[in-house]
Amino acid sequence: MAETSPAVLLEHVSVVYGKNYALRDVSAVFPAGAVGLLGPNGAGKSTMLKALLGFLTPTSGRMEVLGMKVADRPLEVRSQLGYMPETDGHIPGMNAVTFVAYCGQLAGLPKADAMQRAHETLFYVGLGEARYRNLETYSTGMKQRIKLAQALVHDPDLVFLDEPTNGMDPKGRDEMLALIRDIAHNKGINLILSSHLLPDVEFTCDHVVVLDKGRVATFGPIEELKGPAGRVYEVRVKGALAPFVAALHGAGMECRETDEDVMRVFVPGAIGQTGADQQHICAVAGQVKVQVRHLRTSVPTLEDVFARAVGEP
Amino acid sequence: MSPIHDQSYRRYSGTRLPVGRSWAVIARHGIKAMVEKRAFLILMIVAWIPFIVRCVQLYVVANYPQAGAIVAVDAKMFRDFLDQQGFFVFLTTIYVGAGMIANDRRANALQIYLSKPLLRMEYVGGKLLVLVSFLLGVTLLPAVLLILMQVAFSGSFTFIWNNLFVVPAVVLACLVQVLVASFTMLALSSLSKSSRYVSLLYTGAIFFTEAMFNALRLITGSTRVAWVSITANLQQVVDAIFRTPARYETPTLVSMLVLLALVAVSISVLERRVKGVEVVS
Repeated sequence: MAETSPAVLLEHVSVVYGKNYALRDVSAVFPAGAVGLLGPNGAGKSTMLKALLGFLTPTSGRMEVLGMKVADRPLEVRSQLGYMPETDGHIPGMNAVTFVAYCGQLAGLPKADAMQRAHETLFYVGLGEARYRNLETYSTGMKQRIKLAQALVHDPDLVFLDEPTNGMDPKGRDEMLALIRDIAHNKGINLILSSHLLPDVEFTCDHVVVLDKGRVATFGPIEELKGPAGRVYEVRVKGALAPFVAALHGAGMECRETDEDVMRVFVPGAIGQTGADQQHICAVAGQVKVQVRHLRTSVPTLEDVFARAVGEP
Repeated sequence: MSPIHDQSYRRYSGTRLPVGRSWAVIARHGIKAMVEKRAFLILMIVAWIPFIVRCVQLYVVANYPQAGAIVAVDAKMFRDFLDQQGFFVFLTTIYVGAGMIANDRRANALQIYLSKPLLRMEYVGGKLLVLVSFLLGVTLLPAVLLILMQVAFSGSFTFIWNNLFVVPAVVLACLVQVLVASFTMLALSSLSKSSRYVSLLYTGAIFFTEAMFNALRLITGSTRVAWVSITANLQQVVDAIFRTPARYETPTLVSMLVLLALVAVSISVLERRVKGVEVVS
């Protein structure tokens, strides 16, 4: 595959469960490298991955993976894919090295090569010392790692990771993210990371596709999406919030509340007018009689991109 | 942050086997996993005891022809042998087959299997091959060996020449018995995540249909209703294969159609249940 060829291409893809559209006329390009697949619960992220794997048949549209049509060559597509499912999955009664080697054989590796790569992959994901333990005795974090190992053992060109840090402790999560970043940036394996955790995607991926209600809300390089024409400020005020927000909107600024009591205010326009922006925000606050308790410049984050894309307040 | 476990992963430059052979991997693994179980080996050994008894019978008749009047060596002997093995077919089917797909469903392994380059048919084929192999190991293999023993003990091919149909009959009867049991069990195994529940379902399917047949026989006073029983249908078809008088009044064709329908329904169930994703709409 040429460097510039997309890893995955979807054209007008729709997937329907009964009467509900999980994906509705989705067209998207996943470039080579690390791409994050973001979206709130029920947006259609897992459905998209399952359709690309051939688990679900779209009612319409065309899908290509690594230049191959999924509908025409599902086995060839899957031989170059690795899939780390969201839910726990293992083959009962096996230890880790047997399981990973077995997965390698299922993917077409000769028995001896599969066993050798199983050992290598288990060391790579940090399970080298536990590789002879039965999988049923593994902790949640270890199960996540073994799922990654089975996805990598046959050396795929593209890996689908569905919520890879689910249930992991902070240290394990950091290690998993470091692995994912390494896979994409140093091992030359393309990956699509489906997650609702924006920091995970921001840390590991270069591009993002945001899904919302079965449609593509936005997509592109993260840096480009994060860096719109405008500035971002963190603001905390004392007083009636609603009139202040309305006044900000009236003044041409966007405003978004966060989990904390700090609002993020987006000011459109060219960069380089920070002082004027701050004066403007304070003036708006003065007009609606609220006190500005905290005001400082910030940088656009993926969370801002996500919030704008899915229309969160 | 630097990668933490970058000590060993490298791209694979070796050869890859062509797609379409995963069924063999699944079957090999399944057979290996089963023969490693002590309880299963004991079951296999016990299942071969009737073979030893029949060998003694063949030896006695070969050396003391007058014993042939009591324990005759004819086509019916092989048919009776397969009848006796039906019990071990039942036990082996439950032991090997109940968890075959149910355990994979319990551990969410289907999504792992089907994310690899293998068709659903290959997955089912691999699992089926495991069960069929062991069932043939308690039916076809001892039956064929019995024929060879008969030749060895009698020192002639007279029996074979006089009963040329016995060899194909043994093969055909074993295949019918084994395929019906295997497809039925795999279909049931795909319906649940509990191998115990599947065992109960299979036992129920065998015994309930047999009980229903016996009840109807008492009520109607006829065996024309034998088609409701899986076991009776198998017996009826195997009787026809061995050219022995049918034991029930149900036409053999009806019994064959019932067994074919059972296999067809099982395939349909497998087609619906063996999927990488469960869609609840």
